[in-house]
Order: sequence, then C-alpha cells, then structure tokens
Amino acid sequence: MADVYLDHAAAGPLSPAAKQAMDPFLMGDYGNPSSFHMKGKRVKDAMEEARADIASHLACRADEILFTSGGTESDNMAILGVARAAKAKGNHLIVSAFEHQAVLEAAVFLRDKEGFSLSIIQPTQDGLIEPEVVMSQVRPETVLVSIMLANNEIGTIQPIATIGNLIQKYRAEHGAGPFFHTDACQATPYLDLSVEKLHVDLMTINGSKMYGPKGVGALYIKRGIKIQPLQFGGAQERGLRPGTEFVAGIVGMAAALEEAQGMKKKESERLVPLRDRLIQGILQTIPKTRLNGDPIHRLPNNVNVSFLDLEGEALLLYLDAKGIYASTGSACTSASLDPSHVILSLGMPFEVAHGSMRFTLGRATTAEHIEYVLEILPPLVEKLRSISPVTVDDKYWKP
Amino acid sequence: MSDVISRDQKQSWFYSDIVKEHFFNPQNFVMGELENPESYNATGKIGSPACGDELRVWLRVDPATERILEFRWKTFGCGSAIASTSMASVMITENGGLTLDEARKLRPQDIMTRLGGLPPRKFHCSVLCDKALRDAINDYLRRSNQPDRMIRESARVIDPVAKVTDRDIEEAVLEGAHTIELVQQKTKVGIGNPSILPAVEELIRFYKEKYFGATY
Repeated sequence: MADVYLDHAAAGPLSPAAKQAMDPFLMGDYGNPSSFHMKGKRVKDAMEEARADIASHLACRADEILFTSGGTESDNMAILGVARAAKAKGNHLIVSAFEHQAVLEAAVFLRDKEGFSLSIIQPTQDGLIEPEVVMSQVRPETVLVSIMLANNEIGTIQPIATIGNLIQKYRAEHGAGPFFHTDACQATPYLDLSVEKLHVDLMTINGSKMYGPKGVGALYIKRGIKIQPLQFGGAQERGLRPGTEFVAGIVGMAAALEEAQGMKKKESERLVPLRDRLIQGILQTIPKTRLNGDPIHRLPNNVNVSFLDLEGEALLLYLDAKGIYASTGSACTSASLDPSHVILSLGMPFEVAHGSMRFTLGRATTAEHIEYVLEILPPLVEKLRSISPVTVDDKYWKP
Repeated sequence: MSDVISRDQKQSWFYSDIVKEHFFNPQNFVMGELENPESYNATGKIGSPACGDELRVWLRVDPATERILEFRWKTFGCGSAIASTSMASVMITENGGLTLDEARKLRPQDIMTRLGGLPPRKFHCSVLCDKALRDAINDYLRRSNQPDRMIRESARVIDPVAKVTDRDIEEAVLEGAHTIELVQQKTKVGIGNPSILPAVEELIRFYKEKYFGATY
C-alpha cells in the first residue's frame, strides 16, 4: 500500500543525525547532569554544548536557553511564568485568536482565574496578524504579547519582526510595556530563528517539529526577564524548571536544529513547488474547495484546504485507507468536539472548519506523492459529497 | 482486530471492522438527488452542519402492516455518523422491516452493539440517527392523520435557576460526563439550587443506562 505521510506539522520522523547524537545518552552515558562525579560531568558537558549550539541558531546567549518537555510546556511557561512574575507591574495580556492552545488556554486561565485582562487579536481573513492592530491594544500595564511565528494549522507566517520592533519602540518611549513571546515550533525547519532579528524576548521551540525527538523543547528567555516557575523541587535550569533534564532528547534536539537550520533554504526551495502544485491541483480539479490562509506568507510545507459540504473526519479516514495520512480541523477528531478555532478565527462558519484538511509536507515528500494525492482525492470527495445533504453558501469558496 | 473498541479504552480512536465496513460501503444512502421522492411517505431531519452533523432520512412504510420497507438517508457527518446510520438502515429494514412500534424501541446502544462498539466520544453520532428515525415516524403519523400516536419529545426544565433541561443533561452524559461533578461542570445544574441534585443524579443514571447499558 502507498505510504504518503503528510502530517509533518503533527510529528515527523527522527533524523538519523539526531538519533546518532542521542544514542550514547540512552545507554552508556547515563549519569545525572547534576552529579558531581565524572559520569555526571560528561553528561552535563554534552548538555551544555547542546545549549550553546541551540543558542547559536537563535543568536542568543547559552544561559538564555531553558530546556523543557516540549512546546506546550515552553508556551505555558512563557505565558504563566512571565505574567505571574510581572503582576505587580501590570495585568494585561495580548494574544492572537489562533495561537496554539498551549498559549491560548494559559492566557484564558490567567484571565478567568487570576484577574488578568486579556485582549485577543483576530487575524485577517487570510490568516495574518496586523502589527497596527496588535499595537492598538498595547498599554503601559500590558505585561506580555504572544503571537506565533507561523500558524500550526494554516502555516501563515506572521510579521513578528515588525511587531517586535514596534513593541521595543513602545517600551523605549513609555518606560513600560510588554515583553514579546513567539511560538516558533512550526517555523524551525524553514525560517530564520534569530531572536535579535525577530525582536522577540521569549521564543518557544520543540524537538518533534524539526525531526528531533518528541518530549523535549526549549524556551528562550532574554536575560533580565523574570519568570515564575511552574514546578518546584530542584536547582536544575537555574531553579526555573527543576527536574532531571532529558539529556538524550536535548542533545537530539540540538543536532536536529543544526541540521534543519542548515538545510532550511534548500528544503524550502524544494517544497514550495510541491506545496503549490498540491494547492493548485486541488483548487483546480475539485469544485467547492478553498485554501485557508494566505498563499504567499505561508510555510513551504503547509496546505490547508476546506472541502465544502463534507465532513473532514470522514475524508481523513477514506484517505487513511489509501495510505495518505493528513489531519482535519473537524470537530469530530478533537477531544472537545469543537471545530478548529483557527479556521473559525478567519471568520469562516463551522461548516468550513468541519471540512478543512491539513496536508503538511516533509523531507520524505516527493512529486510522486503529490500526484498520488491528486489522483486519489477527487473521487473520495465526490463520494462523500454525494452522501451529504448539505450545500454550503458559494461565498465561502468562490474567489 | 486490534482496533476493536473496548469501552475501557476510553482514549482509543479506532473503529471496529464492522464500523469500517459500513463506513467504506454505506448501505441504503441516497446518492445525489433522491429519486422518486413520492414513493416515500415519511421524512425526518436532525442536526445542522453548524453542529457538525446533519442527517436526513426517508422512509417507505407499508400502511397495512406499518412495516418500514425502505430507510434511505443522507448525512453530513463523520465516520461514526455514516456507519451508525448505515447500520440502522440495515437493522430497520432487514427481515421484512420493523414495524413503527418496533422501530421506536430501537436504542442507540443496539446500533452500537451491532457495530461492535464506537469510540466513547463518538456515541452521540449513533444518537443522531435514533432521533432522525423518531422524527420520521412522527412525520408518517402526521401524514397518515394519526396525530394522537405521535410522541413529542419536549425538553423538561430540571433546574429553573440555571435553566438546565433534561436534554442538556442527556447531552452532557453523551459527551462523557458520567458523574454529577462532570455534568455540573458542563451544565452548571444545581450549583445555585442544590435541592434538585438527587433528581439530576437519577437522570444521569437513566441516560447512562439508556446509552451505555446497565453494566457501563
């Protein structure tokens, strides 16, 4: 059977380079990095080397990198940690409406349970955050702004450098104002991660989105920013994130980042034509389809299309049976039974979210894979539509 | 059959082989436009695409025997909705067809049992076709001038303070709230009005048994 994996935004394979880097720490080098003997020191040295390597790709200092268990923890720590530590200075937060749940739910928790006020920025219909709209909400008591570098569902790339620049100016002019966090998880294999160029104060990355291991991530925290820890019990990671570090994961993530950043230009150039072929192939051969998110300001690997009048989970399972692995924004695959908040944030009705499918390309994706999808998709869509009693209004798909 | 669902494995997503068979080869659905609509003497509709599910059904009932000879359907729904409706259509029309009274006794859990189970958070999909069937039976009785036999399922207010009805509690149970605490989280029932809690507990027990069986 065909094996066309197009769900790289969910997880990807471990790169051989990352695995090779990890191997010694899964078996032989088992010491605890906090131990004072040689077994511990060897592991500690490897971990600090990984920290320095990661810092070099983010153009920051090694001591500004904190290791965590992944993107969710890094996001939680950025939002909860910064807001709680800054509560004496202000109680206002700004996030975009289509942030990852790890940002969104942490911010809503602070609003509902800890007395913060929260401004939620709506994206444009094309899935872009406008810097001036963000700035219109910034006030002296704003403690944190969080906007993702690239959206995880629709792949749109946000003007983070522009927003960061404006926030820095605001702080300089007012002598107060927010720190700026970006979740860069989806962007790591394709975009420049220099925190200096992006003008961000905090940045989330994780291993599994860049062909590294699952269960490990990092948070860049600019020197001087106070953070309240989320867990307690030791001095690891400067006491901000106690618990023995997942050294194999950390070392694997560093190797994966090195490789991903090294090949990002070439890989982007390879993927963009494949991505655009898939988008155009779907839009031109299957009626009543719409691309979700801006076609240009978009990650090279992301295709997100709504197939109107049908329900995404049914299509996902039909594709699954043909060896094509994708994901959907339909409520039926979410634990909460809510449809994608990202598609809804674009001003689309529930029907459009229910029929959305995300195909995310990766290193193993070839032109043959894309042609196979384009061959398999139309009859499956036709079949599900022939069962469906629904006709979504033309305005949601006609250009 | 590693992906057959045990009710204990609440996290599992995967479907039984029977579910898959009905999902990939649905029975009795209407392809495109309904042909000869005049040959059906009842229709039912439930849900809306906004809630993620819409189901329409058409019945051909023999007026002499009141047996359901044909059950045709169309759905905007997920794999579970397609498979449950397909299975229901088979169960209703096999062996000469159920009578209207027999069809009314068909419970969502009967459909699920025949399907070999559904992932817990998909239970509501099989309820949808139960409701569409009841709607269509009422439609038949309306058209055949027997309004006294129609059964109206109206919501009953359980908690006038929080404005929670028995339907709200039914929905909460179907979505997996199987304890009073979880139902309260979803519906706020009884939070300002604790005196009604015993009645709520009774309802939760009733719906749990209705949809998930006594042993659940």
